[in-house]
Amino acid sequence: MDLGLTEEHQMVRKMVREFAEKEIAPKIKELDRKHEYDRAILSKLGQQGILGICIPVRYGGAGMDYISLAIACEELERIDTSARVAMSVHVGLNSLSLLQWATEEQRLKYLVPQASGQKIATYGLTEPNAGSDVAGIQTTARKEGDHWILNGEKMWISLADVADNFLLIAWSDMEKKRKRDHSGMSAFIVERGFSGITTGSIHGKLGVRAGNTGSITLTECIVPEANLLGQEGEGFKIAMSALDGGRYTVAAGAVGLIQASLDASVRYANDRQSFGVAIGKHQLVQQMIAKMVARLDAGRLLVYQAGWLKNEGRRNTRETGLAKWVNCDAAFESANDAVEIHGAYGYSDEYDVERYLRNSRGAVIYEGSREIHQLMQASYALGYRQDKPLRCELPKYDPVEWQKES
Amino acid sequence: MNIIVCIKQVPDTTEVKINPETGTLIREGVPSIVNPFDMYAIEEGLRLKEQFGGKVTVVSMGPPQAKEALKEAVAMGADEAVLLSDRAFAGSDTWATAYTLSQAIRKLGQFDVILCGKQAIDGDTGQVGPGIARQLGITQLTYVFKILKLDPQSRALVVERLLEEGREVVEAQLPALLTVVKDINQPRYPTFLGIRRATKLDIPVWGAADLPETDAGKLGLKGSPTQVVKVFSPPKREGTVVLIQAETVDEAAAALADRLLAEKVI
Ligand SMILES: Cc1cc2nc3c(=O)[nH]c(=O)nc-3n(C[C@H](O)[C@H](O)[C@H](O)COP(=O)(O)OP(=O)(O)OC[C@H]3O[C@@H](n4cnc5c(N)ncnc54)[C@H](O)[C@@H]3O)c2cc1C
Repeated sequence: MDLGLTEEHQMVRKMVREFAEKEIAPKIKELDRKHEYDRAILSKLGQQGILGICIPVRYGGAGMDYISLAIACEELERIDTSARVAMSVHVGLNSLSLLQWATEEQRLKYLVPQASGQKIATYGLTEPNAGSDVAGIQTTARKEGDHWILNGEKMWISLADVADNFLLIAWSDMEKKRKRDHSGMSAFIVERGFSGITTGSIHGKLGVRAGNTGSITLTECIVPEANLLGQEGEGFKIAMSALDGGRYTVAAGAVGLIQASLDASVRYANDRQSFGVAIGKHQLVQQMIAKMVARLDAGRLLVYQAGWLKNEGRRNTRETGLAKWVNCDAAFESANDAVEIHGAYGYSDEYDVERYLRNSRGAVIYEGSREIHQLMQASYALGYRQDKPLRCELPKYDPVEWQKES
Repeated sequence: MNIIVCIKQVPDTTEVKINPETGTLIREGVPSIVNPFDMYAIEEGLRLKEQFGGKVTVVSMGPPQAKEALKEAVAMGADEAVLLSDRAFAGSDTWATAYTLSQAIRKLGQFDVILCGKQAIDGDTGQVGPGIARQLGITQLTYVFKILKLDPQSRALVVERLLEEGREVVEAQLPALLTVVKDINQPRYPTFLGIRRATKLDIPVWGAADLPETDAGKLGLKGSPTQVVKVFSPPKREGTVVLIQAETVDEAAAALADRLLAEKVI
């Protein structure tokens, strides 16, 4: 057993940390205040190879392992959640799904430009009237000749107004839709350039204000047959396995947010005085700090456990879900305590902790709300739920394979 | 073109505290970084290589953990690295450090450009770069702000130096040693490919015995003419703050000017 990070991992952490501190930190407060999305950050993430960090070199990626993906997410969210959200949809939900399910042609056509950051990708499952209840989605796909026609609306989609490529889930079998039999769903790779697709942004969000979240409207959207991902009827499985990637990045990012909350709290507690001593000397403040430390270490171990399983090519739906649930709750609690430690200053955007608190809230809802995750964990424990092998599994990390040029 | 970059691993001074009793730096638990000015030297070396071809070799003298600094340079794109590490080098002042580094550079063979940062942020002397140039008997160009011209054929070099009084444009012939200032470039981040190379690269460690024709009496503490008699923090500055207030900014400025004239500051 080896719980240590390799030298490579440590260098990756240092590089992403430097990147985030130089490219994101100086401008994030203003962007967040103005609810402004800065495309330049995404471009730089792409140039630096971070948007393809764990994708094999022959598919345009950087050829690192899945733990490196977690480290990158951690370091990005330590500065701001918006950058990690981009990793979640672009890498976790979309690119990893292509690595897992796509044909070689689809990988060359879509994964290669995504991994190098030339194209930005996202994932659309949620709709105005269905989030947790996946079988409740209404988007449909009907086959006509050599293409599919998609109709429906996706909502709360990260990078909706920014992405070039979308991984969308729709009902392709109307009979099964009526019966809510999710083997009637299919997954599609949709380009922004296809006819019949429009997107819009959502304003007035509590958090991730420097990120883009929006809707996608499909009106007789024409999708070539070749853009079906996986087989007809595999949409639900693809959607769920995509979440194994997405939730992993969310869980890792949450660790970064806890780290940021802890660092800010320690700095402030050593500096601020009350009753003649630094507030860090008060036991109730110490309790909040101690809890953050516990959440940080426990959370990191949960993420690295999931990452290790991914590297080994082992199923990790339960472990990843557990990390996501526990860490997102922990990040929210930590940010909340960080605000408390900062007193009134924590309530103003003079300090960063109020942004951490607002940003941490969304992750408790998206990629499976905390309620859904509790149902899942209980179902595993009670024996109601078991993961069956998939036709395509996420490939095990193999450094030689990953670093081959072709 | 053969480019050599000399780098030093230093404590991150933004995290260093000074022991008020002894006046020395508290280095325990302080993270080590590549001397920030050397990052510009590495970047400039990589740019020269990209423009003219050749290779970049990074050299550092220090304890075994200074390998980390060399690996960082390799992760940025340097081709080769050498660490000079030996108990015999311990206690070197700037003279002995420059001597040791120049012996290593001689061993590396033919070179065209040597790059150093303008100074290290721990010692702040700025002497090692020029010292190496003197030991090797080559031109030294300090505080370089911009390389205006470099012609590998005619071996002509024109640089702009950033001096206190202004800027100076000078011409020289290769080989030359340049020490660079912060404004010369924006250092790149390591790449993932570079990180993988760096962690796999076997970095040779040279000791005194590996440096040919080296005078052991010129190494380490023995070879160091500098003697540190005492290290102390300068006494705290005394003084009071006077706030000059007036109805308008102009009046305040006039009152300030009067006061400064009266105090003979201006
Ligand atoms: C910032 C942000 C970004 C997002 N990005 C994306 C994206 O890129 N792609 C995408 O597809 N979606 C995205 N989403 C949507 C997100 O995944 C959904 O909001 C989430 O799945 C919850 O669905 P819902 O909002 O419809 O809530 P609902 O499903 O309506 O749930 C409402 C409440 O009821 C609870 N609840 C529902 N069912 C049960 C049950 N069976 N038992 C107990 N409690 C239950 C929920 O926990 C919740 O508290 C994003 C959301 C946000 C806020």
